[in-house]
Amino acid sequence: MSCRQSACMDMTLAEKIVDSFDHPTTDDLIPLLQKIQDAYGYLPPDVLMNVSKRTHIPASRMYGVATFYEQFHLEPRGRFTIRCCRGTACHVKGGQQIIHAIKQALAVEEGETTPDMRFTFETVACLGTCFLAPAMMINNDYYGHLTSERVKTVLAEYKT
Amino acid sequence: MPDKKIRSIDNLERLRTRILEEGKKYKSRVLVCMTGCRALGAANVVQAFREKLTAASLDSEIAVVETGCIGLCARAPVVLIEPYRYLYGGVQVTDVDEIVQTTLRKGQPVTRLTMSENGTVLPHITDVPFYQKQQRLVLEHCGRIDPKRIEDAIAGGTYLAAANALTSKTPDEVIDEVANSGLRGRGGAGFPTGLKWRFCRKSPGDQKYLICNADEGDPGAFMDRALLEGDPHRIIEGMILAAYAIGASHGFVYVRAEYPIAVEHVGIALNQARTFGLLGNDILGSGFDFDIEVRMGAGAFVCGEETALIASLEGKRGMPTPRPPFPAEKGYKGQPTNINNVETFANVPLILKNGAQWYKSHGTQGSAGTKIFALAGKVNNTGLVEVPMGTTLRELVFDIGGGIPKKRRFKAAQMGGPSGGCVPAQFLDLPVDYDSVKDIGAIMGSGGLIIMDENTCIVDIARFFLQFVQSESCGKCTPCRIGTKQMLNILQAICKGEAKIQDLDRLEVLAGHIQKASLCGLGQTAPNPVLSTLRYFRDEYEAHISEKRCPAGECKALVTYSIDTDKCTGCAACKKKCPVEAISGKVKKLHTIDQAKCVKCGACYEVCRFDAVTIK
Repeated sequence: MSCRQSACMDMTLAEKIVDSFDHPTTDDLIPLLQKIQDAYGYLPPDVLMNVSKRTHIPASRMYGVATFYEQFHLEPRGRFTIRCCRGTACHVKGGQQIIHAIKQALAVEEGETTPDMRFTFETVACLGTCFLAPAMMINNDYYGHLTSERVKTVLAEYKT
Repeated sequence: MPDKKIRSIDNLERLRTRILEEGKKYKSRVLVCMTGCRALGAANVVQAFREKLTAASLDSEIAVVETGCIGLCARAPVVLIEPYRYLYGGVQVTDVDEIVQTTLRKGQPVTRLTMSENGTVLPHITDVPFYQKQQRLVLEHCGRIDPKRIEDAIAGGTYLAAANALTSKTPDEVIDEVANSGLRGRGGAGFPTGLKWRFCRKSPGDQKYLICNADEGDPGAFMDRALLEGDPHRIIEGMILAAYAIGASHGFVYVRAEYPIAVEHVGIALNQARTFGLLGNDILGSGFDFDIEVRMGAGAFVCGEETALIASLEGKRGMPTPRPPFPAEKGYKGQPTNINNVETFANVPLILKNGAQWYKSHGTQGSAGTKIFALAGKVNNTGLVEVPMGTTLRELVFDIGGGIPKKRRFKAAQMGGPSGGCVPAQFLDLPVDYDSVKDIGAIMGSGGLIIMDENTCIVDIARFFLQFVQSESCGKCTPCRIGTKQMLNILQAICKGEAKIQDLDRLEVLAGHIQKASLCGLGQTAPNPVLSTLRYFRDEYEAHISEKRCPAGECKALVTYSIDTDKCTGCAACKKKCPVEAISGKVKKLHTIDQAKCVKCGACYEVCRFDAVTIK
């Protein structure tokens, strides 16, 4: 589904999404951006400009919202998003080590994407799975009771 | 497709009887938690049960049910077998055959999978200490029904209270019942729910809105996630009752995007409720119209604050606005709006079903009912627990939680997340309710309960929460945006041993200003974790500053790991575990740590069975 180079930026996806809303207003902005991001993997600026023209929602407003919420990204993302929990329970159970292990295994810092566009690594305030602490999510799958070694094994499964 | 709409309360009761009758064909039911336990292989276990039962031609008499959280998350994946009430923990695909043969065919427990206490096998869920002091009223269906099937919810009695109220009570009577029950908001602040509803009902406005706040952002809290995943129809029923009471026709569930299973289950539940005529126009022939829309949060903690949440629903940056006007007067789109937390809505059907007096008979004088806690951190039985208000911390941590792993000493319980505080051991016998916890400088909050042992550094915890609120501050008001940054700088200096003793006073002064001058709850409560730890653990702050020592051995800049020459047996466990190859030594010879390479991760300390690794 996702398309990552501006040269092949396909506007029809975005147009379909806009049409699926009945005359979208600023009220619909967050669900609208969420759907666009689901389709493209991120919020490509060209697409946002196009959507702005069609909906009459100012691009500045879109930019304001997209930069306020952690979930929105204006840069292309990796195929797999790793969200490592830095919540309280994970913190007291050694979550810092897990974050360190992921950084080492992928050679990226928080918020970065690997050059092969396979992984994007971010940390979140809490995944709400404290009984699994320390925990992480890869896309929509949870991994719990992590150790530095288990991080390596899990990531290896996603590398091939 | 046949019309499934239920048009009257009689219809609903008849449907319930029919579902219960149909359920009788199953001799037993295998309940597998498919929410939290999914992370540890529950999906494979479900599949294995289905395959084995089909192969043994038992699938027509034994049902496999994918449930929500059964509670004892520490033993995930958890399986409960009815009617025997056998509770199995850590169930893997390889155990399924034995469970089919021993339990499902012969009715006997598989004792190697059951819980045990001091060597005694406790096969029944009712014998397990984790459950004995609990009172699962709000969680009655969580872990007992398939949350993706409205039929299961209806069989359990869901929607009957709403059907009754819609057809035989006036909105004011519903509000009176809730007000008399003493229900207080479960999101943290504990505002009386009945009063909040009445404000909204009385506010003039043609269109009113109802919002379920499921933006559970406190680190360490997962009660709302469990409720939405495990029993979404109960929340919908609570929302129908609230909407009827205040006169709203449109509702929202604002749920965190980090909870994909909750989003999925609520979506399924809403569609089913519409198909069955429990949402939409003329619900159950009562003439009342109400529908609910799911909105996903986009990753901003501040949106748990009600005015910020409304801004987010309106497609704006999630920044709070000054109150008054309160949402009850001017909320979503400037119309009267009522916002309650997930757990608050989940309590409402109980009150309407059993009456205010019954509800009040649970809990304490000022805090009626039960509270769900997410028990986590350094405690043996991590999981989801529901207890009457007024249960002591000792009962929660030791009787239900099974104490601290490795028999370490209890140090404190963090309650109320970033708005709360640390409750030290001297208050273990304090009955936990809204008012008692507030008196000692914490708040009950939404119900996250993180247990800390002697190896947890309290200054580091305060720093952790400050870092959290600092990064989540929306930046609108100066005290929160800049004040928390200054407090964080001081705390970071303390953790590195670079602070002065006067900095503690500066922390308190700053905290006072931030509490008084911030715009919303996030800023006003942000200093709480620092203030409560300064109040009870000042000596630990002082040790960091004056002695450049971290008593818990957690602040990396202040500790060194070394190996005790007398105790080391040369087992090489630490050498294998060290992530940076800082440990050297031959097998059965003394091992040593190269301080230049050591990253102070503590892996060697955790793995050593001879207490030979010391932290100084």
